[in-house]
Amino acid sequence: MSAELIFKPITELASLLAEGKVSSVELMRAHVARTRAVDPRLQAFNSFDEADALSQAAASDGRRAAGASRGPLDGIPVGMKDVISVAGQPLTASSRMLANYVSPYDATVTRRLREAGAIIWGRLNLDEFAMGSSTENSATRTTGNPWDLTRVPGGSSGGSAAAVAAGEAAAALGSDTGGSIRQPAALCGVVGLKPTYGLVSRYGLIAFASSLDQIGPFARSVEDTAITLGAIAGHDPLDSTSLRNPIPDYRAGLDRPGATWKLGIAREYFAEGLDPEVAAAVERAVDHYRSIGCEIREVSLPHTKYAVGAYYIIATAECSSNLSRYDGVRYGHRSAEAADAVDLYFKSRAEGFGAEVKRRIILGTYVLSSGYYDAYYLRAQKVRTLIRRDFLNAFREVDAILTPTSPTAAFRKGERAADPLAMYLSDIYTIGVNLAGLPGISVPCGFTRGRLPIGLQIIGKPFGEADMLAIARAYERDHAWSAQHPEMNGA
Amino acid sequence: MNYEAVIGLEVHVQVRTASKMFTRVAAGFGAPENSLTDPVVLALPGALPVMNREALNQVVKAGLMLGCAIAPVCKWDRKNYFYPDSPKNYQISQYDNPICVGGSVEIELPGASRNVMGAHRAVALTRIHLEEDVGKLTHGAGGSLIDFNRAGTPLMEIVSEPDLRSADEAFAYLTALKTIMIYGGISDCDMEKGQMRCDANVSIRPVGATALGTKVELKNLNSISFVRAGIAHEIRRQVSVVERGGAIVQETRDYDGQTGASQSLRSKEMAHDYRYFPDPDLMPVRVDEAWKARIRAGCPELPFDKQRRFLSEYQVPYTITSVLVPDRALSDFFEEAARLSGKPQAAGNWIANDLLRELGRAGIPLGASRVRPAHVAGLVKLVEAGAIPGPAAREVFAAMMETGEAPEVIVDRRGLRAGTDAGELEQWCREALAGDARSVADFKAGKDSAINAFKGPVMRAAKGKANPKLVDETLRRLLRDA
Repeated sequence: MSAELIFKPITELASLLAEGKVSSVELMRAHVARTRAVDPRLQAFNSFDEADALSQAAASDGRRAAGASRGPLDGIPVGMKDVISVAGQPLTASSRMLANYVSPYDATVTRRLREAGAIIWGRLNLDEFAMGSSTENSATRTTGNPWDLTRVPGGSSGGSAAAVAAGEAAAALGSDTGGSIRQPAALCGVVGLKPTYGLVSRYGLIAFASSLDQIGPFARSVEDTAITLGAIAGHDPLDSTSLRNPIPDYRAGLDRPGATWKLGIAREYFAEGLDPEVAAAVERAVDHYRSIGCEIREVSLPHTKYAVGAYYIIATAECSSNLSRYDGVRYGHRSAEAADAVDLYFKSRAEGFGAEVKRRIILGTYVLSSGYYDAYYLRAQKVRTLIRRDFLNAFREVDAILTPTSPTAAFRKGERAADPLAMYLSDIYTIGVNLAGLPGISVPCGFTRGRLPIGLQIIGKPFGEADMLAIARAYERDHAWSAQHPEMNGA
Repeated sequence: MNYEAVIGLEVHVQVRTASKMFTRVAAGFGAPENSLTDPVVLALPGALPVMNREALNQVVKAGLMLGCAIAPVCKWDRKNYFYPDSPKNYQISQYDNPICVGGSVEIELPGASRNVMGAHRAVALTRIHLEEDVGKLTHGAGGSLIDFNRAGTPLMEIVSEPDLRSADEAFAYLTALKTIMIYGGISDCDMEKGQMRCDANVSIRPVGATALGTKVELKNLNSISFVRAGIAHEIRRQVSVVERGGAIVQETRDYDGQTGASQSLRSKEMAHDYRYFPDPDLMPVRVDEAWKARIRAGCPELPFDKQRRFLSEYQVPYTITSVLVPDRALSDFFEEAARLSGKPQAAGNWIANDLLRELGRAGIPLGASRVRPAHVAGLVKLVEAGAIPGPAAREVFAAMMETGEAPEVIVDRRGLRAGTDAGELEQWCREALAGDARSVADFKAGKDSAINAFKGPVMRAAKGKANPKLVDETLRRLLRDA
């Protein structure tokens, strides 16, 4: 039974649990066994707490026996990116800086998942402090891509994407600042959703760039993604940037047979640097929408070419300030060599942070400096406004926009590690969505000839998650990509 | 050459709220070290700030009381700098859009004597903004310790224009500001508890010059008297430097109130680049007209306005008003007693002299006083009606302090009431007149003092309880008719 449970969708597992055909403890044991079997090669987990997970599972079985099940997520193992606080568990951000830090409190999303009965399962690897696109910037380990362990899983939520793709968790949470959910979802062949800014509370998420960060789900189907999103979305009084919009039943609105949409294609997203195999897969997906009666329109997003530049100013400016708290004074890495307070800062931070984090702190400090603020930060904010305006203009004509999620499929480990700029371009199709505060989802849309997954990105209107998920479902219904699972062979 | 000083003050005032500026944990003084903390105060990974609306209300109230323009939107910025007492290594503050702009503080300069009102003038304000306080460092031989209880306490910074010209004016400014803050319930401004802290920018220039001289910032002025002494010292220091042919260096100096000396802390070259930018964790908050109107409705009368009203409306002497007005509760106490008695001057005297002296002697705060305004008013009325003689009034007051009983009750129980039976008094007076025909004749002949000859026998007959005023009136009436 154990091995058969792996890779089943949450919806099916929920039925098995409800019918008593399997217990949550059995389900959890199956995931522990799977993780023990594949993670030594995959390296998706920074850590996991088997005893804690099994005790959560036992509690879930107890609720079910008492007729007090909390719904489809009750008893389902959900992995957590290691930047989301879980009380009593490590919170490392895959950084030496927080190697020994244990969070004393639950993030709001953690609390909400617990309220939905989910089992909070493991700490998943990422690029240090969520800065990167390959998870190679982790100070703890290098995660592989389940479809080819010599390749990267994408990033920064590479551990979350890989764990879901490899059957180590039924779903996972990640965070997305410039594509950190959607890009690894595309590269690992799973569904990944970045919500509208303000839909999901950031309380308890280690901040990278506060005005861009959003937590979102990974799952192996659109429906599982909808279920997980529904559990974590909603206003939180502990996050001033969380909005009071009502949360619809995303799952109930998924299947709309016969529904047609106006879908936009932006010329700017099919430009130089786009791998022909990726382009072809996305075009086939567009053809599918056309075939089910959707109207495809070309839209223009003329400021797209400025997105990467504006992003790397705004994100680094915010991160330079957000990461100031890691100083070795109250918690985290403290240099043993420090002579005085200033020296403590210099040495603790020099020893605690990796190269990419330092690069971004330096860049962000520079753009906020006296005399440069107007030329960089202020101008980048203006560009941001223009990019958002581009999207809102397009949404007067279309319901959603279709793009590739990433210009290429998974690249080889080490291939871009020495070239930050090439790495930054991995996010060229995802960054605009963060700058504009919009929702975006990546759904699998095929494989390359080398059997590497390709992702289709669907960009929705602000708070248009329900429609965006339904559009994704309209594609997924006729494509069985998620029935294919990686064999986990290779290096 | 004669010099004049140009002084601007930056005053930090802790805003009185139940919880901290950006989180729910309690704000307060004197709790065990690091007990008033939570993930937000300690800047744990993932913690986020949420604005305390009450703190904003309080600063808007301060701004309205001081005549500031209130910004339509309250916007938050980050001020970035590393220091161990600052948990996030940035302070949430307001940079280019302070919540309050302009306004002024009315001050009273020292008068010719304490019985004479001094000149008043308005000291212009630049701005008031809201921010969060930092923690407290203690340096010891074994290392430095940090208490984060104070960190995150709502703090407003009140910046004056360089509009003050002397140490006395600075003293008057801080005194007036403190009184206003206490009046509004905005802060207790206890400088010993760090609830009010002052930095002074001081420069000098030849009298008549309009350009500003090089300024020196004085820090760590931790009482209003030290502010006055520190500024006076700095003015003398600058004059002496300039007169010896030297130049003032722009710097920050630390004034030691104990030794009366100052020393340089840092020069301008070490000035920080704070890399201000809008805090992306906090949304701007709109302060609309209805919000402002609600707060304006709760603003009390300003202290100097009240003093002017007491002087004109109640005809109370300046010295009494300057005792009553700085304490809002005391002035309310007075107004209540004045209203109930209809005799504001007498009520003011009892309160400013007897009540305060006795409370002070017993170490009782006004709020715990057994003597309430109605007691004072009752006593005033008894005296005014001639129902008790002066010495008895003091006895009654002391008994009220002791027991909290109404003055009428005390008077009756102790038998202090002046004889009230007019018939009996008249009988005693008639008997006294009948017993001394010579004095009657003297009085009728125009010797007014002859009337005193009757008073002794009347008082003897009354066993001392007759009201002397009433005795005098009755005797005169009878003599007139005789």
